Amino acid sequence: MGISRRFALKSVATAAGTALARAIAPAKADAYERVEPADDAVGMLYDTTKCIGCKSCMTACNEANNLPYDTRGESAGRWHMPFDLNEYCKNIIKLYKDDETGEQSFVKRQCMHCVDPACTTACMLGALYKAEHGIVRYNADLCVGCRYCEMACPFNIPKFEWESRAGKIVKCELCAHLVAEGKLPGCCEVCPTGAVIYGNRAELLAEAHRRIEAEPDRYVPHVYGETEAGGTQVLYLAHLDFEKLGLPDYGDRPVPQTVKTIQHGIYQGFVAPVGLYAMLAAVMMRNRRQQSEEDTKDEG
Amino acid sequence: MNYATGSRARAVGGPIFTKTVVALLLIAALAVVLIAVRFALGLGATTAMNDGYAWGLWIAFDVVTGTAFGCGGFAIALLVYIANRGQYHPLVRPALLTSALGYSIAGFSVLLDLGRPWLAWKIPFMFWHWNPHSVLLEVALCIMAYMLVLWVELSPAFLEKARDSGSATLRNFAERTLPILRKSMLWVIALGMLLPTMHQSSLGSLLLLSGPRLHPLWNTPLLPLLFLISCIAMGFGAVVLESTLSSRYFGRSAHRDMLASLGGWILPIVSLFLLIRVVDLVVRDQLGALLALDRYGTMAAVEIALFAASIVMMRSQSQRLRLGNLFRASMCLMAAGTLYRFNVYLLAFQPGEHWGYFPSLTELLITVGLVAGEVAAFIVLVRLFPILEAGSSTTKIDPSPAGIGSTSPTA
Repeated sequence: MGISRRFALKSVATAAGTALARAIAPAKADAYERVEPADDAVGMLYDTTKCIGCKSCMTACNEANNLPYDTRGESAGRWHMPFDLNEYCKNIIKLYKDDETGEQSFVKRQCMHCVDPACTTACMLGALYKAEHGIVRYNADLCVGCRYCEMACPFNIPKFEWESRAGKIVKCELCAHLVAEGKLPGCCEVCPTGAVIYGNRAELLAEAHRRIEAEPDRYVPHVYGETEAGGTQVLYLAHLDFEKLGLPDYGDRPVPQTVKTIQHGIYQGFVAPVGLYAMLAAVMMRNRRQQSEEDTKDEG
Repeated sequence: MNYATGSRARAVGGPIFTKTVVALLLIAALAVVLIAVRFALGLGATTAMNDGYAWGLWIAFDVVTGTAFGCGGFAIALLVYIANRGQYHPLVRPALLTSALGYSIAGFSVLLDLGRPWLAWKIPFMFWHWNPHSVLLEVALCIMAYMLVLWVELSPAFLEKARDSGSATLRNFAERTLPILRKSMLWVIALGMLLPTMHQSSLGSLLLLSGPRLHPLWNTPLLPLLFLISCIAMGFGAVVLESTLSSRYFGRSAHRDMLASLGGWILPIVSLFLLIRVVDLVVRDQLGALLALDRYGTMAAVEIALFAASIVMMRSQSQRLRLGNLFRASMCLMAAGTLYRFNVYLLAFQPGEHWGYFPSLTELLITVGLVAGEVAAFIVLVRLFPILEAGSSTTKIDPSPAGIGSTSPTA
């Protein structure tokens, strides 16, 4: 048994070598190239202290995107009343309320347009992709409906047309079709208080910091999205902990960093798989040669 | 070693439509009806999947777990061709058939699960759109290629049947094809080891992107390594299950001695998995979470205990030679690996408080039906084609229900 165990371990080591190398690979920082926001990256700045919860941005979003209203459930056909982002809702105003402390805040949720998005990393054929100005866009022609983007997105943004027999992915594309015509995204166009504004990401970031500096008592002293998960192009100012608003503290590490490091570490130039293939074939040929020599000996 | 022919396998023969096969096919037929309903009404109306849990039973079981069970072919190939243990050759064909069927079911399940399956052809063919960062693309391409490789590896069984058939055309085809296969099979088999190494580890890598929303008990960069190691153990479990049941059902040898020795190879592999799993938890300071008596800690503990139990059951050759014991150890291994995969894909994944998932009846019945169809196909194929080794060995098991548990080492 001693000998065969050694053989077993050796053969497993051969097979596991690939994965082991992958697992160790994250130590090498050079395998992942950090993505920086493009100079012409656009985005939105949302300020909880200005939002009055009128939800006009929600209906404007559906109109701008030719999306039917969600009148299912309790709405019974009367109001656009989505429970969360879904196939009929790319933009939603949610309410955070703590009855004990009296704390209250609205929060607008839509695609964050990450600088290095998990969804575009996940997508097999690039149906989700970083388009002009860093907008994360969707091309249904290349989407097979696998929903890996939903599994990957740390902000739970991409939604699937569950009611359709040809389900596509639905998510905010920053009204790229309107922006291209020099217009504003639907939500920013109608917001009556300027709680959400559209612009160049760098300029929005400067504006956010200016607001914090001008009224430090009004805000949590941080711009959510400046560095979170490698940075997002939609930025948030808030008067309450971002965590309470459903914006978790993911740290500065881009979500795709681990997997990109591991995949690149091992599949760079396809050297490792080809090497492993050659090794497997070589061992098999050696074994076959030994076997035939033994057979000849036996016959002789 | 002869790769393509020279097998002592013989078709089992006998009636095709036995009661068992008919019963299995009826269950599969129900699944076919439900599949039609799924395509007629869409995923929302027929499954419990939702925008929180966008992947459900079909991915977690049919694909992620099913292909791991289908790694018997991979595990046996490593042993026979790399570790050069030619004496295990009788296990190769049944293991390959189990693998080929398991992977085919997985591929079929993916088509059920896709929202736009008629576009799936674009994945292998539109190479200029391939996203090099997409782990799922790698998994998809690898699994498609491996499905092909498995059926090619198995093709000598079909060709040998054709060679002995009455039709001159078939005979000619087989006579011409078999030598070509014999010459090139080494390269196919090597591919048959490379591809599972790649995609089984990648089934773990897939959830690295979900890392921020994965419970820390399972969120580790070692996911690919853990998935790779455990799939070999699960493949072994499937081989023992298939061998034991084949021996009961067809009265063929259970290859007890072979399986016992094979268990000796698997033992260090399972131990390695457990070692890495536990050390990883210690290093990431998650022992507290493991011992916390919540459902996450409990499920992780059960999963680890199942792996440990299988090690205890297989600890020595004398233990492994007791076929009932080996059988239980294998079931334990399969359960452990299944739980590990379900834990990662469904329990650890946390999209938010207001989301929940439990498979719908349609999802469950389709999965059950596909497995029933797979078992029926196995039975029919071994009856028709030379898959199982002929002749009984000294370790033929008592066909009574107690036989599984009561076979002694000296039987």
